[in-house]
Amino acid sequence: MSATVLATDALYAWVGVLLCGLGLFGFIIHRHLLRRLLAFNVMGSGSFLLLVGLAQDGRGIDPVPQALVLTGIVVAVASTALALVIFRRWHRVSGESTLPEDV
Amino acid sequence: MSGASSLLHALLPLAVIATSLLAAVGIFVLAEHRHRLRSSLNLAAALAKLALVVWMGLGVLEGERYALRYTLVDGVAFVLRADALGIMFAGLSSVLWLFTTIYAIGYLENAPNRSRFFGFFSLCVASTVGIALAGNLFTFFLFYELLTLSTYPLVVHRGSAKALAAGRTYLVYTLGGGAVLLLGIALLHTLAGDVAFGAGAGLAALEAVSNPQLVLIFALLVGGLGVKAAIYPLHGWLPTAMVAPAPVSALLHAVAVVKAGAFGIVRVVYDVFGIELAWQLGVLGPLAALASFTILYGSLRALAQTDLKRRLAFSTVSQVSYIVLGISLFGPLGTAGGLVHLLHQGLMKITLFFCAGNYAETLGAHRVDELDGAGRCMPATSIAFTIGAFGMIGVPPLAGFVTKWYLGLGALEAGMGWVIGVLVASSLLNAAYFLPILHRIWFRPQRGPWPDERFRQCHDTHPLLLMPTLATAAFSVVAGLFASLPYSPLYWATVVVGREYLP
Amino acid sequence: MSLLPALVMLPLSAALASTLLPLRWRGPLGVALAVLLAGVACGLLRTVVGDGPQAHALGGWAPPLGIALVADGLAAGMVVLTATVALPCALHAALGLRGEAVEDGFWPLFWFMWAALNGIWLSADLFNLYVGLELLGLAAVGLVALKGSAGALAAAMRYLLAALLGSLAYLIGVALLYAAWGSLALADLAGFMAEAGVAQSGSLTTLVALGLMSAGLLLKTALFPLHGWLPPAHGGALPPVSALLSALVIKASLYILMRLWIMAGPALTPLALGWLLGALGAAAVFWGGWMALRQARLKHLVAYSTVAQIGYLFLFFPLFGVANMDAARLAWDGTLLMLAAHALAKAGMFLAAGNLVLAVGSPHIADLTGISRFRPLSLMSFGLAGVSLMGLPPSAGFTAKWLLLQSALASGQWVWIMVLVGGGLLSAAYVFRVFRHAFVEGPARDRFASPPLALELSALALGSASIALGLVAQAPLEWLRIGSPLATGVP
Repeated sequence: MSATVLATDALYAWVGVLLCGLGLFGFIIHRHLLRRLLAFNVMGSGSFLLLVGLAQDGRGIDPVPQALVLTGIVVAVASTALALVIFRRWHRVSGESTLPEDV
Repeated sequence: MSGASSLLHALLPLAVIATSLLAAVGIFVLAEHRHRLRSSLNLAAALAKLALVVWMGLGVLEGERYALRYTLVDGVAFVLRADALGIMFAGLSSVLWLFTTIYAIGYLENAPNRSRFFGFFSLCVASTVGIALAGNLFTFFLFYELLTLSTYPLVVHRGSAKALAAGRTYLVYTLGGGAVLLLGIALLHTLAGDVAFGAGAGLAALEAVSNPQLVLIFALLVGGLGVKAAIYPLHGWLPTAMVAPAPVSALLHAVAVVKAGAFGIVRVVYDVFGIELAWQLGVLGPLAALASFTILYGSLRALAQTDLKRRLAFSTVSQVSYIVLGISLFGPLGTAGGLVHLLHQGLMKITLFFCAGNYAETLGAHRVDELDGAGRCMPATSIAFTIGAFGMIGVPPLAGFVTKWYLGLGALEAGMGWVIGVLVASSLLNAAYFLPILHRIWFRPQRGPWPDERFRQCHDTHPLLLMPTLATAAFSVVAGLFASLPYSPLYWATVVVGREYLP
Repeated sequence: MSLLPALVMLPLSAALASTLLPLRWRGPLGVALAVLLAGVACGLLRTVVGDGPQAHALGGWAPPLGIALVADGLAAGMVVLTATVALPCALHAALGLRGEAVEDGFWPLFWFMWAALNGIWLSADLFNLYVGLELLGLAAVGLVALKGSAGALAAAMRYLLAALLGSLAYLIGVALLYAAWGSLALADLAGFMAEAGVAQSGSLTTLVALGLMSAGLLLKTALFPLHGWLPPAHGGALPPVSALLSALVIKASLYILMRLWIMAGPALTPLALGWLLGALGAAAVFWGGWMALRQARLKHLVAYSTVAQIGYLFLFFPLFGVANMDAARLAWDGTLLMLAAHALAKAGMFLAAGNLVLAVGSPHIADLTGISRFRPLSLMSFGLAGVSLMGLPPSAGFTAKWLLLQSALASGQWVWIMVLVGGGLLSAAYVFRVFRHAFVEGPARDRFASPPLALELSALALGSASIALGLVAQAPLEWLRIGSPLATGVP
């Protein structure tokens, strides 16, 4: 771990970690569903950055993380779309933009 | 032994269980209004089972071995095996199933939910016979819990608030007991593996294991079984379960549930631990003391009951402990006394419950003080009741006397003279709670109209209710009178004692 | 020809086909294809039992860029279990949802869900598992939202957020593992870790990765205290959907977690962590049981029962992690049998509960009064499933409980015994609570809607299967050990 910390390539990875942390923070503190969804997307971008960044450790270009991240982006887009659809319906049915607190 | 015959020997125990299991499935499938077909199916299955048990019983006497073994998962097997003790219990269940079925057909005429009732009733008998023929503790437990499940719908059958509350009490006790039993069986399994019944010395090979652990296992097993056997202080469910219809009370209290518990204790003491080891562990003394206490306690509580069925229930609490007392006496005579009571008490108690049901159905009389003058009105039922009551008290030559005689001899043999005192005290108490009822039935004039009168055009009661009552009463007379003849209950008990425990 | 691709491609094509077909064809097609897929699943199991584990590279592309499908005994068993549960659910849906607005969306989502499940069971690497997990999550959320009511949408949203968070944590873990080891194939990773030894494999990156992945999977499996999203989602959905979600969907994340722990080996998964999961499982058993006891609505009672039953499955982690091989084998057998028992019983129970709710026209348990006389078959199915959930014999739930008890005794972990026994009593309390209402006889109404017989029979089939499996468990348990770490080294 200590070797990668010093490498400049690891910058991407650390930014990824930062974005993940920010996203998680936003996800937890916000109640508005759209904000939570955005926070989730920030977190997702962070994790993709992490995935690509960590692989840049001087072993040359590794196609596997690129392929993984592409797949991951597709999945994230799909989930976001589904979340938006459900959010819109929920908003239309209930008039709320947050989830009820009690389960 | 040829291949075909050995296959037959393996399948016969299964067939005995399957008769009532398949009957249960058939009954569940039949529509509610097909009562004729249902009754025929039920009776045919009961007769078939009885025939199979008799066939197997004769084979066992000749030394045939009927066993089925099937590996369930690694380390545990499903084992069915017919030995003399198992046949004894299976025979009792099949005889009484037949009579109770006839009784129930009459009792529930035009009542709702008969399909459910008879289905679970058959399931209940299938589990009882399974308990009788189980060849190891694991299989025993399988059927023991199935019995709990199949009797619950019978206890709550009436669907009244009282019945549902009784069902709840029943479950709390029996499922709790089942959990304790499971714990004991699992512990034993880790110590000794799959303990087969009748393998000989039982756990005697395990002397390296510390005694406290074995004592703990014994306590767990007997504690779990003691719930169904209604040993004090685990008897609370039994009197409340009296809200069930009369055939169910008869079955629960004379055959299936309480006997399953007592039978299990017999298996644990003799087949799992072995009487020698149990004696060395010093667990028989406390068991005998507990049984004696329950005998007296049950009788005392019975004295105070005004409801006839509740009085009979507390009498059951007391009487089942005779069986436990018999097996905790270290010696062949006491054992024979305990085992024979398994059959005798079944015959006598079911007669008494049938009678209680007859009084309730025909006259609407539920309480003891409502029975004044019932003898003149229902002579046949009352004669049967009298036979049952005298049998319970232990008047010679009825069945109950044989039991008490052997228990007394066994106590002397084991050097536990105080047990005689318990027997005498209990007989006096039995007399104290039965004789007043007999007095009311025969010698008191009728007090006003009966609470709820039915069926009187046929003079005593509905023939389907009367016939089984008289039959079981006759059996309990015959069992006492001809105790020394072959195939009597006592004969079976001595065969069991001679064959299995005193090699 | 390998059967492996068909198991994923067939449901995927069915998903596409059922969006194109006219509405009235979707149900019959669904049932017919479910039968076909069940046949393929059994064929796979036969091959695995006969010839050992199977592998197939999709399109001839080798890993790491290609997608490999592998089937050992466990995977084949899960494929068969999925088909066994999904087939009656398909039948139930085909008849129960016919002509309802929701039927439109049900079938494509149903097939996507099945494809995702098979994909997860057969995946050989961590990233394909991620894709499967996401597809499964999206399909499941869609199924929950189908009803379109405010409650269903809120439950779906809550479920989606939990699922997304869980998958993301899992994905970050995958990234870290890839960085540390340079491979995502489960077999490779297991080999590398075993070779490198504890000192090196136990590096911070690996531990953080495993921790993140486990946390994400726990959230998706709804282990206490991360179970909040489950009861509204499972309790509020359509009956066949609830059945599929409780029986199969939550098992997928548990399956991945088990694969992960087996891959990392005992060195990386210290007993203390196993104990933590076991303790959470124990808490789930009691909390879920207690909450189930307090529910007023029938399907929510069943949903909380799922929360409780999940707890038993987590006893796997402390029991499997011990050095005692016997205890580990018993834990493996017991957990997998418990998983199958719960899948069959819970699916049967949800379908039966759906029928009961349909019959009385009210979701409340108190309104079941008198139902025993009029819908005995549905109540019987509910009871059969209940027997297995209570762990009473003769049922698969009991046999599984027995194996777990033996495992706990063999490894001397006494505390789990109390969980197994106490949890069983608690589940008896809530199952019989339903019966207490159903058995009431009184002046209450005697008119109930009657669901088609096939709906009742599909519930009965699942309930009976959960009983029967307990009596024939020996052979399936042997099949499940094919290609597992337990296949060698145990006599």
